[in-house]
Amino acid sequence: MLKRFADHVAVDSLSFSVERGSFFSILGPSGCGKTTLLRMIAGFIAPDGGDIAIGGKSMRDVAPNRRPVNMVFQQLALFPMMSVGENVAFGLARRGMGRAERMKRSNAMLERVGLGNAADKRVDALSGGQRQRVAIARSLVLEPTLLLLDEPLGALDLKLREHMKIELKQLQASFGTTFVYITHDQSEALVLSDHVGVMNHGRFEQLGTPQDLYYRPQTPFVAGFVGANNRIVGRTTGADGAIADIATADGWVVRALKSGAIAVGDAVEVFVRPEAAILARGAAELPPDQPRHSGEVQSVLFDGANSAVLLQEARTRREFRIALPQTGQFADLKPHDHVAFSFDPSRAVCFAARAGAAGQDA
Amino acid sequence: MDSRWHARLVLGLLLAPAVLWLGALIILPHVDLAVLSFRERVGPRQYVASLAQYKTFFAEPLYWHVFLRTAVMSVFATLLTLLLAFPIAWIIAKLARGRAGSLLFIICLIPFWVSETVRTLGWMILLRESGVLPALLVKLGLTAVPVELLYRDATILLGLVYTSLLFMVVPLVTSLESLDNSLIEAAYDLGSGGWAILRHIVIPHAAPGITAGCIVVFMLTLGNYLTPTLLGGKNSQWFTEQIYTQFITRFNWEQGAAFGFLLLGLSTALVILGLRASGQRFGDVMRST
Repeated sequence: MLKRFADHVAVDSLSFSVERGSFFSILGPSGCGKTTLLRMIAGFIAPDGGDIAIGGKSMRDVAPNRRPVNMVFQQLALFPMMSVGENVAFGLARRGMGRAERMKRSNAMLERVGLGNAADKRVDALSGGQRQRVAIARSLVLEPTLLLLDEPLGALDLKLREHMKIELKQLQASFGTTFVYITHDQSEALVLSDHVGVMNHGRFEQLGTPQDLYYRPQTPFVAGFVGANNRIVGRTTGADGAIADIATADGWVVRALKSGAIAVGDAVEVFVRPEAAILARGAAELPPDQPRHSGEVQSVLFDGANSAVLLQEARTRREFRIALPQTGQFADLKPHDHVAFSFDPSRAVCFAARAGAAGQDA
Repeated sequence: MDSRWHARLVLGLLLAPAVLWLGALIILPHVDLAVLSFRERVGPRQYVASLAQYKTFFAEPLYWHVFLRTAVMSVFATLLTLLLAFPIAWIIAKLARGRAGSLLFIICLIPFWVSETVRTLGWMILLRESGVLPALLVKLGLTAVPVELLYRDATILLGLVYTSLLFMVVPLVTSLESLDNSLIEAAYDLGSGGWAILRHIVIPHAAPGITAGCIVVFMLTLGNYLTPTLLGGKNSQWFTEQIYTQFITRFNWEQGAAFGFLLLGLSTALVILGLRASGQRFGDVMRST
């Protein structure tokens, strides 16, 4: 399956393909063009150039109601004037299927999504998660080649969203339908997808597996958008093979892996994951082969397994976030404590600074 | 106790105008008319209770022919108004954006700044034999001599539809505006064509608005006096005209009152029938207006 786009105002010359049966996410901030992209695939908007092919067939001039594509809308768009069963059977009826057969299929589909007894209920009698499943069942009952999902979890509360994430992944695995999912929530994209395209200003910044995006970001945008990251802006002062020495304007020196062509003296952005850094009470406890830094605890951000500590680097007072290990070793850490930290330069990455970004700090 | 009494007093005062309006202007006259319709004049200032007025209505074919004709024409005018108003309402509610929508709405409203009489006379200027439209038809070579376009059933319908259009457009716009566009897209995405979307999504959603518009337009049309009289002339045979004749020309108030009640019964019966047929509840319909 291959889709190509070119020269849309919102979606700018991008090209990608989605493997049959996989879960593909398009991740990007609001206004990046991801909804436009999805609506072009669904057929609601015609691309100004380029083409979309689904299952090897060009979709040019094919109306949405004729495409082998179905969409789960952001607000779900269940039909309030129909029962749950009628909602699921709606698409089958439009295909001219007889009443008995479509009731059979819609009931079987509702059974599969765990709503076997809800066929006669009214849509507004369902909970948020149940409506979600009806919306997916309504599309999947048509056995589309491709299912598009437009931030369908956005309207749910956090707990339900976590639950639905797992359910969606299981549904996709059991149906084997290709899912194209758009979201601005990087956790949804990482958890659900086989492949993710990170989109910004109508272009893909990077296409890859969730692991690729997280561990090997190729652009500063991806490094900053996917997962938490410490961002340090400076200039390279030297290089040692793949590793560069970087000094900030106020004199903090760090080392990081170079990404792309970077010459000595270039403005760069360095990204260090909070969990890549090692925290210690004294410099002596840190691994000997890593550059050492010291700082003062500004605040402890307790969040269960995601707890972190926010430091200020001793000399420059720059903020730096480090994930707290789960050993309980730092349970008594308090603001204003002095600590040492270090990180493996090969787990930090630096990019040539984007235009206009050099002076700012994250 | 004091505060409860106070609350009741306030409520009573607030309701007083409505109660007065209903009681003095609607219920009282109707009670009086009901009494009138059930009596017969047997001599000077001598009346007896009787069903004679109603018997006359059924005995005289002219009366119930006009009655039926008024009902059928009103239903027809209502359906015609609905067909014409629906696309207009759709454009205002769904297609026109921002100012364009309000502008279209104002265009629908503008004719109502002119009194109904003047508006109808305007139609007469356009349609009479020596009027603008027949002259235009001659000039275009479509007719040899000017045709009289007034005093036809079609002309009456035209006038009635024109007068009623706004009362249909308003509830339709309200109900179509509340239709979530993503429902239309979802139906399209699930394989519907335009007609299927209209039939399964748009009309069920707009049903209360459609019914409300139809009830209002039907009642206005059935009770209209001016438009059928002016545009239909002697041929109009509108039932309100019969009522007018009984009250004013023949000074037979008893007969006029009976006709009035028959018309009330007709409109009530047809509205109930319409609600039944469309599966709507009166409360839901009234909420949508």
